[in-house]
Amino acid sequence: MRLVINKIVLFLSTLAAVLGLIFLFWILITLTIKGVAALNIHLFTNDLVNNGLRNLFIGQFILALIAVILGVPIGMAAGIYLQEYSFNNKFASFIRNLSDVMMSAPSIVIGTFVYAVVVNPVGHMNGWAGAIALAILMLPIVVRTTDDMLGLVPKELREAGVAIGAPKYKVIFNIIIKAAKVGIMTGLLLAFARIIGETAPLLFTSGNSQYFTLNLNQEFPSLTVAIYTLATMPDKHLVEIAWAGAFILTVFVLIINLLGRYITKEKK
Amino acid sequence: MEAIFKKLSALSATTILLILSAIFVVLFIYAKPAVQKYGIHFLVDPRWDVSVSLNKNSANKTPNNVNKNISDNALNPAPIGENDADVLAALGETNTQSSNNTETIYGGLVPIVGTIFSTILAMFFAVPIAMGISIFLAEIAGPKLSKPVGIAIELLAAIPSIIYGMWGLFYFGPFVSHIFGGSSVSLLVAGLVLGIMIIPFMSSLTRDSMNTTPEVLKESAYAMGATKFEVIKDVIFPYAKQGIIGSMILALGRALGETMAVAFVIGGVFTFPKKIIDPTVSIPVVLANNFAESSGMSLSALFYLALILFVLSFIVISFAKFYFLRDKK
Repeated sequence: MRLVINKIVLFLSTLAAVLGLIFLFWILITLTIKGVAALNIHLFTNDLVNNGLRNLFIGQFILALIAVILGVPIGMAAGIYLQEYSFNNKFASFIRNLSDVMMSAPSIVIGTFVYAVVVNPVGHMNGWAGAIALAILMLPIVVRTTDDMLGLVPKELREAGVAIGAPKYKVIFNIIIKAAKVGIMTGLLLAFARIIGETAPLLFTSGNSQYFTLNLNQEFPSLTVAIYTLATMPDKHLVEIAWAGAFILTVFVLIINLLGRYITKEKK
Repeated sequence: MEAIFKKLSALSATTILLILSAIFVVLFIYAKPAVQKYGIHFLVDPRWDVSVSLNKNSANKTPNNVNKNISDNALNPAPIGENDADVLAALGETNTQSSNNTETIYGGLVPIVGTIFSTILAMFFAVPIAMGISIFLAEIAGPKLSKPVGIAIELLAAIPSIIYGMWGLFYFGPFVSHIFGGSSVSLLVAGLVLGIMIIPFMSSLTRDSMNTTPEVLKESAYAMGATKFEVIKDVIFPYAKQGIIGSMILALGRALGETMAVAFVIGGVFTFPKKIIDPTVSIPVVLANNFAESSGMSLSALFYLALILFVLSFIVISFAKFYFLRDKK
């Protein structure tokens, strides 16, 4: 009897696993079929106004890049504080937990917040607002990564640095961060992959634009927002473009993730 | 230099606290007009953008089943299944102009119910499958199988949620409506897509906590003649219980605030779903579709909804973090 129950349960959980995997691969396969069918060179050379995606790729990338420039220094400094300066006091563990909570905050709420503090005073949607929203989303991930990775650096390295008389910030920059470089880089890559696929916080902060622009003071082209708009259009051709965009976005995100994995593996 | 850097890093750490409190305060300030006007009654009022006559005979609320058509928005059209008579009928009834002696009422019950029900549906669907996957990965499959499948699951967790939404709109929605009837955009489809979206996230977290069970414990159980199921039930579950429940609540928090996967498939109409296969709306979707062109009281009501969502997910996530996933450092 016990053996029968055992068999049944194992069968059921395998079945559940197979069922889940079927759904997930169904998504990937349709995405690939639809995406590859819609791919062509014009997507990369034309802007959205001419049924291309060029301005959207560049726009999305710039938004994510600015978010990195804004979010990473603050996030890393916060991570360094938590691990190196706080001596694990109450404030540090409070911030640590808070940052973890913030990591799971709904991204659309971050969008409403940025709308209230950036878009509303300016009067119209603009690229900066989108980048700031993404930076806020990214911040807790960077904090967590830096905190964790610095925590893995052996204590002896720090002691050695301090023993030769180096000030603490030099120990941190020249020894500890160097030792944790690979881990932090991986974390940053994954954080970048996470924000580049975000749509919700951009919908009403940076909006979207049909044209190529580098001016962050006006509405800024975004691939994900465009996918949302195009996919719900009645025009079949626009839907195809949306599939192509979705496919390229997914491939890009997956490549960054695999790259992150590969770097970590090389280290080991 | 040392002192400056120390101050700077402490300041950065404080930024986290500042941003989170700023979000709360700013949302509250913007929501204040709506909070003052509707108060707590907002939570149980199913009317959204409904004009109510202020005349003396206002006892019977004038047009009593008016649905704001949110898909006429040029920027973010709400997804509509093409041949859905239900949705179109609902969309056909556009809002009446508010004249001087009417007042527009905003209530949050429909999106709140939509959010909660779609999340519950997602959990019902995702929990068994995610448990199956993590048991499969942790105990049933050998390392040759569990490693690539585990990596695949983690990669799937990284796919942007908009992809899940798009797939739901074009493939899964019609599939579900074919089986269960109803329209291809509905509460049911939204819940299921949401469930599928959180499966990879949930199962990789759950597997990680299962893997923390010491081998020695499992081996001793096997040595006593326990079957695999008994080891899972009596050794792994009790040991990893906290982590497993915590991961599930975290996944629930993610489902609660998810916008894009739901926006495509929930229908985006302010109607109370009578059946599970009816279209409705959830808080993130209301925000996504209506935010850009709202102003005045409707914008304030949207901020009220955002505040509710923020507080709700904050509570859920903190509960998971502080109660179940305490750092074991």
